[in-house]
Amino acid sequence: MKRLSSSTRAFLLAAALMVAIGWLEGARPGGLSLPRLTAGLVTLDLLIRAGVFTIILVGLNLLMGYAGQVSLGQAAFYGMGAFFSAILTVKTRNVGIPPALAGAWWWPWLVMGLGAVMVGGLAYLIGWVILRLRGHYLAMATLGLGIAVFIVLRENLGLPRLDLTGGFDGVVGIPRLRVGAYPLWPVHRYFLLVWAVALATVALGLNIVDSRLGRALRAIHHSQLAAETLGVDAPRYKAQIFATSAALASLAGSLYAHFQAAVVPATFGFVPSLELVLMSAVGGMASIWGAPLGALAVLLLEELLRTRLRLILPGTGGELEAVAFGLLLILVLLFWPRGLAGRVSGPLRRPTPARGAG
Amino acid sequence: MPSSRRSPLAGQWLGGVVPLLAVGLVLWGRRHGFGPTEYLQFLVDGLQAGAIYTLVALGFVVVHRVTGIINFAQGAFVMLGPMVTITIYGRDWPLPPAARLLLAAAVAVGLTAVVGVAVYRLAVHPARGASLLTKIMITVGVYVALQGMALLLWGPRSYVLPAFSTLQMADRTFALGDVLFKVQSLWIWATTGVAVALLTLFFERTMLGKAMRACAADRLAARLVGVRVDAMAAVAFALAAVLGAVAGIVVGPLTRPTYDMGLEIGLKGFVAAVMGGLVSFQGAVVGALLLGVLETLWAGVTLAGFRDLFAFVVLILLLLVRPHGFAGGEEGEGS
Amino acid sequence: MPSAAGTQAMSAPLLEVRQVTKAFGGLVALQDVSLAVWPGQIKGLIGPNGAGKTTLFNLITGILPPLRGDILFRGGSIVGLPPYRIADLGIARTFQNVQLFAGMTVLENVLVGFHRHMQGGLLDAAFRSPRMRREEREVRERALGLLEEFDLLRWAHEPVESLPFGRQRVVEVARAVAAAPILVLLDEPGAGLSGAEKVRLTQVIRKLCQDGVTVFLVEHDMELMMGLADEVAVLDHTVLIAEGPPAVIQSHPAVIAAYLGEAEPTHAP
Repeated sequence: MKRLSSSTRAFLLAAALMVAIGWLEGARPGGLSLPRLTAGLVTLDLLIRAGVFTIILVGLNLLMGYAGQVSLGQAAFYGMGAFFSAILTVKTRNVGIPPALAGAWWWPWLVMGLGAVMVGGLAYLIGWVILRLRGHYLAMATLGLGIAVFIVLRENLGLPRLDLTGGFDGVVGIPRLRVGAYPLWPVHRYFLLVWAVALATVALGLNIVDSRLGRALRAIHHSQLAAETLGVDAPRYKAQIFATSAALASLAGSLYAHFQAAVVPATFGFVPSLELVLMSAVGGMASIWGAPLGALAVLLLEELLRTRLRLILPGTGGELEAVAFGLLLILVLLFWPRGLAGRVSGPLRRPTPARGAG
Repeated sequence: MPSSRRSPLAGQWLGGVVPLLAVGLVLWGRRHGFGPTEYLQFLVDGLQAGAIYTLVALGFVVVHRVTGIINFAQGAFVMLGPMVTITIYGRDWPLPPAARLLLAAAVAVGLTAVVGVAVYRLAVHPARGASLLTKIMITVGVYVALQGMALLLWGPRSYVLPAFSTLQMADRTFALGDVLFKVQSLWIWATTGVAVALLTLFFERTMLGKAMRACAADRLAARLVGVRVDAMAAVAFALAAVLGAVAGIVVGPLTRPTYDMGLEIGLKGFVAAVMGGLVSFQGAVVGALLLGVLETLWAGVTLAGFRDLFAFVVLILLLLVRPHGFAGGEEGEGS
Repeated sequence: MPSAAGTQAMSAPLLEVRQVTKAFGGLVALQDVSLAVWPGQIKGLIGPNGAGKTTLFNLITGILPPLRGDILFRGGSIVGLPPYRIADLGIARTFQNVQLFAGMTVLENVLVGFHRHMQGGLLDAAFRSPRMRREEREVRERALGLLEEFDLLRWAHEPVESLPFGRQRVVEVARAVAAAPILVLLDEPGAGLSGAEKVRLTQVIRKLCQDGVTVFLVEHDMELMMGLADEVAVLDHTVLIAEGPPAVIQSHPAVIAAYLGEAEPTHAP
């Protein structure tokens, strides 16, 4: 049980750190703040986004690193959750929700939960069918799925009169979350909320890994054949973990929506899906702690590029980010398959050498 | 040891699905009031799109046959062709415009081929010990990097590539009956036809081509008879780059080239290649033309923005029904 | 070892293969094969390479469907059932090319073997329910006990791929036993083992039999096979050519012919 207590220690450390940061940003003792301490690099904005990505990544790591199922379209579920929350809290009249309901403090929370359940359910059905595919075929299918969802979101779900997703421009005016009369704003409060959820998700992930289900998933990854002959209902488990990862992504999307107060389809397309895979690879695909590590590392790197590179190469900015991102993906995959957490990555691992006397 | 279960839908299904789709779309069009003229127009426009997809699909097939990889960077080659052409064409060379265009196109194709080889040498070859999926993900990274570089070099705006016959933005058109043809379409069809013919000749008649086929069939055996598999892979990438660049250049006058044009064309070319099982040239050609026509039909009957959805839905259906495409191949491949 | 004759007289066959035919495209793997495995026996299956033995195992465990014929387990047909359902019915197996879960420890591999005897699902796992914690404790104890029986306790927390090949095979058998099967199919467990390892394997298999597990064994090593099996079936080029006690099989003319046709019965792959 040694491993468990080191995880618990890491957990408590992370929680303490987040609380400290939250307090620092809220109280601002002596004018100090996180951006000032880190020369403008680390902001609450960045940390909140890291927390949101952590939630998605725990699910993605479970899916890719442990169960060995590739997903190049995870941003689709992220986007579905975000838009679900956006539509049901902003476009309430278009959908026929009475204002009394829409104004209740608990309504956005209910929507968030509902969204996660619905997206998870949809993913379960999709997963049942799609997860019969293996390897690069599955990768292609999830890629296609991701882009298909993006197109549907961009095209206002095909129902322009209802104006649900707002086309290219998305939805604005998403309300802040509150508990009763207590608003989860200004930003340092929201930061604490997001990281509370993120750390809870990490705990969930750690629990799953060290359980019958976690072992079954890893077994499926390494030899679905042998696993099935031991009584593991592989199709069901794969669909379950796919659904779980989708539900988590949806939850993250909702949290993101209430943070940004606006959502646009462009945030949930092809490149964001790849960004998630990159974060997963950097952090260590077969590791739950790799989720926050990967998210933070990649976001910090992007921030570095965005701000510092301008000093070296004046006139550039966001464009270089894209190049760097692509190059980083290549480099990580080539030279660093274990990622920060040091565990061998899932479906991208080197093929195990053939065993046997002959 | 066989390791996967049968597909949920039988392979024969797809043979029925495609005509069914076509019929369905045609009927839906009737409700919009489309008549034979419109359908013929769709056919013509669809065959034009299909020709472009053919070139891109062939690029995927060539690389896949020789290396087994799905080269995601293919879309970037399609983008580089016209973008470089436009840049070179815009310079003041002391040449008549037609020659300038030809020179620009030639240089662009050559440059893209070099990029293709560089992609192989720098990104794909070092990963040769990794899993297939890693190699594919690396080409995805390459695509993003190349698109990013394009953004850096050319910015987010779209450019203009003059039509080949007028050397201006506006193209000549002519009509056969009530059906409109753009002259650029003729260029596209001609180029595709020549490319397919040359490619076939190359693979069947030349030593290099045969060596590449040997690699595709059995790498170890090819190596044992002295084929430099590594060099063959580089040639495959160069070929794919050429095919992609040519596709981009020849469709350039019709689409306003821009830094991210490669993504969708690349993915659609991929879908077409999958229809041919990723291994068959003929399958890719048929798949591409079919895709072009059906997609155009679809775009005619649905809202404009949904055009691209078609290819992805087809992709998913294809993967589920027959991941090995029409061209055969065995059932039951593990990951 | 229970007497084969006595067993047969009193009970119905545990596993029955009835006129099973299997082909891969144009290539026939098994033709009209019928045999039976009786409760409590150690049944052997031998035959030259490529005769179809592993294919038969794949058919029994539901990995492949037969083209024709039926397979019955405890009187009920199992054709068409997915592998995990067949496992639930009480059939376990090992593989010719050891299919252990690389990247997991020996203990974890064996714990997966206990999978069908546990119940915790996604929610139990995620929230560490009392049921889950209790199950984990119990199963872990049983697994460690099993490892001790198989003399593997020392390597319980080592990654499986770091073990020598012979020991890996034993782990695979232990994992199969963890599932508490009624019938266990062993596919060439002796392949690649040293002499001493084979002795230990024989002990392991005999113990299985003593514990009431029925064993269906494919093996190339004649000595190993003849020393263990109560009854042996012989497959040659997709067809069953003989079935009977080891002594009879060894002197059976068709069997000798089949093996002379190939170099000699191999003792190791």
